[in-house]
Amino acid sequence: MKKPVIQFENYSFQYRSQAKPTLNDINLTIYEGEKVLIVGPSGSGKSTLGHCINGLVPFSYKGEVSGRLKISGEDVRELDIFSLSKKVGTVLQDPDGQFIGLTVAEDIAFALENDYTPQTQMFNKVAEVSKMVEMENFLDSSLHHLSGGQKQRVSLAGVMVDDVEILLFDEPLANLDPATGKYAIELIERIQQETKKTVVIIEHRLEDVLHCPVDRIIVVDDGRIISDMTPDELLASPILEECSIREPLYVKAAKYAGCAITSDMYPARIDSFQVDDCKDKLADWFIKVNGPQPKVKTETILELNNIDFGYTSGKRTICGVSFSIEKGEMVSIVGKNGAGKSTLSKLICGFEKPSSGRIYYRGLDITEDTIKDRASRIGIVMQNPNQMISKQMIYDEVALGLILRGVPEAEIKDRVFKTLKICGLYPFRNWPISALSFGQKKRVTIASILVLEPEVIILDEPTAGQDFRHYTEIMEFLVELNRQGVTIIMITHDMHLMLEYTPRAIVIAGGTKLADDTAVNVLADSSIINEANLKETSLFELALRAGISEPKEFVDRFIAYDREVRQKWQ
Amino acid sequence: MAVEMLSYIDRQSPIHRLTGVTKLICFMIWSSIAMLTYDTRILVCLFLFSIFVFIISKVKLKEVAFVLLFILFFLMINNVAIYVFSPQEGVKIYGTSHVLFEIGGRYTITIEQLFYQMNVTLKYFTVIPAAILFIVTTNPSEFAASLNRIGVSYRISYAVALALRYIPDIQRDFRNISLSQQARGIDMSRKEKLTKRIKNAASIIVPLILSSLDKIEVISNAMELRGFGKNKKRSWYRARPFQKIDVITIILFVLILLVSFYVTLHDGNRFYNPF
Repeated sequence: MKKPVIQFENYSFQYRSQAKPTLNDINLTIYEGEKVLIVGPSGSGKSTLGHCINGLVPFSYKGEVSGRLKISGEDVRELDIFSLSKKVGTVLQDPDGQFIGLTVAEDIAFALENDYTPQTQMFNKVAEVSKMVEMENFLDSSLHHLSGGQKQRVSLAGVMVDDVEILLFDEPLANLDPATGKYAIELIERIQQETKKTVVIIEHRLEDVLHCPVDRIIVVDDGRIISDMTPDELLASPILEECSIREPLYVKAAKYAGCAITSDMYPARIDSFQVDDCKDKLADWFIKVNGPQPKVKTETILELNNIDFGYTSGKRTICGVSFSIEKGEMVSIVGKNGAGKSTLSKLICGFEKPSSGRIYYRGLDITEDTIKDRASRIGIVMQNPNQMISKQMIYDEVALGLILRGVPEAEIKDRVFKTLKICGLYPFRNWPISALSFGQKKRVTIASILVLEPEVIILDEPTAGQDFRHYTEIMEFLVELNRQGVTIIMITHDMHLMLEYTPRAIVIAGGTKLADDTAVNVLADSSIINEANLKETSLFELALRAGISEPKEFVDRFIAYDREVRQKWQ
Repeated sequence: MAVEMLSYIDRQSPIHRLTGVTKLICFMIWSSIAMLTYDTRILVCLFLFSIFVFIISKVKLKEVAFVLLFILFFLMINNVAIYVFSPQEGVKIYGTSHVLFEIGGRYTITIEQLFYQMNVTLKYFTVIPAAILFIVTTNPSEFAASLNRIGVSYRISYAVALALRYIPDIQRDFRNISLSQQARGIDMSRKEKLTKRIKNAASIIVPLILSSLDKIEVISNAMELRGFGKNKKRSWYRARPFQKIDVITIILFVLILLVSFYVTLHDGNRFYNPF
């Protein structure tokens, strides 16, 4: 019998500021050396569950606890957050936000410093741990100059110096580009193999985590544990769909085709998945369903011609980028972290001036136009809504741009109400913004741009950190806007978002344009995938293994079908 | 990224090699001299010395130019204000009156007043390069270790270091927010009335504070989860032992302090009187 290290017994927790308990009667045991994945939609309580394990609940976030939680045999009530931090090492999402030191070595040493470890001992330990995560040659590098994957390694090293028993990862894949995310999962696997530590991962990108084997998956919804089973069993059950968590795409496709998935088919990973029995069904389904409607060509609305730009002289962030966007298109700009995607959007909006090259809007040269002039044609929505919201009330926030432009009051009211209706915020028009969820805040920021009636909207990572339901909501909303004629450009590293919603993708790598093609073609080209840190989709492999002769067409048809299905449950 | 003012600039120079404690002590000595004395001879010497230090620090003027201009702007306002409110201050101090121009009543320009204001300006000039140098050549973590060593509680030391570290981050956020608000039509340029501009600034400050609060929550959780604040004492990875050059520098600065005190107070007056 294995030793239990995390034991929840009839555990409930209610935040002081909340009217209802966030966790309800949790019973869960995790054993030594296990690798467990916790999934659940936003607001399900999965993060709170993580906070309970590392001690942020109840030591930092106060509230009412009932029931019992034991970490490696000791009751949490008798511990404090510091002794818990010796047992549980937490890697938070967004490595940037949690770095404390300035350089790699300092950040790794932070926990040691707090233990009043003598300096020489610290040097040794840091050297040892950094070797384990292959960062020994970067000890003096500044954290801001590391790549996303390196940052992840440093934050892992920072908790490993403590010789913790449990490693807890809170959404480790958020903000990582697809290839780096894959690497992060492999790293977690390797560290676990080497150290035999207990690993708990909280994440909603199920398919990406399942890239490496996981012992059990716990599904949390509405503060309760819905299921606790092996990945194979879970994927064979209808639970994920009921909790609106995105299933791996190849499983979804097989289900659409009418195959009965059982755990004997090993659906947890595409390479182990036994497709032989459903080959025929997949082939039939492929013939039966329709592909997406091809878009009709329209006029060019935005054109970039040979744009060069650098933040500091001598170092170019963008070199010789040209492309044109047609009216009514939905395009994504993809590429690895730091490739120049966001810089490109700033250039389009006039936040930065290109050092050479021209930008045209409907054939008109707008390179010299001011930010304000451009804003009435091209709007930008930033990734973090908190960076845009400056008023307390929703109505005021959306009206701000119009008031500043001196629009008559009656017209403001009309336009704001109209926009709020489009964004589904009309019932909340008199609410304070602080009462909204993250996804709703995002809508407010989109509304505040939309009210200025721009013809082009640029969105920076529109769905970052959103669960599947909110993701669908936001994206379908954007599709609706697009249908009404707004041209939409999205900056993203979510490969599925790109496949699913933007027929065309522009790939940026190292400041140059690597590809400009249909999303499906981009993901079918392994050299582009490698160079831009993208990731192939499991649908291709499924199609190949099922013997379908046109895998790209299969992907297209799957996406068209899947969207239709999901529009129904909206 | 584009603008990073007042953040640590990593170079190989004798100034960078000094420990944070040394630089802190020297900076404190330096500013107390500059605050105390109005003696032109000392101020000129200090000013020349600070230029010399600036050169050997290998920090380029271009890198700090913006802050420098910013401070110079306030210096100018200060000078005008002194003249407006106290145009005969120099006469009062030096006891003589050499008139240059007659401009009705008390606003007559005297050599004494000009000399006095030149001294005030010189005081700024001696402190400013030193202060900027101190900030840009001291690694924030090492600075925290230094503060802690001279007896400041490590919590406060770390808070100071974090604040220094976040200067570039906040500048970047500020820029992004300000640009996106400008895109919505907020005019921060001179075309707008001042009262309106102040009001408009609020719509940049509010999101800046909100997004900074988010950051604070994340970082304080991260720190707590890794045991910050557990013990009464903590050690520092970046702490550096005193070296010969540190001792020499401190002795040098103490000597400068003594000499300037002697010269300044020698004739019982903080002002050097050439008249």
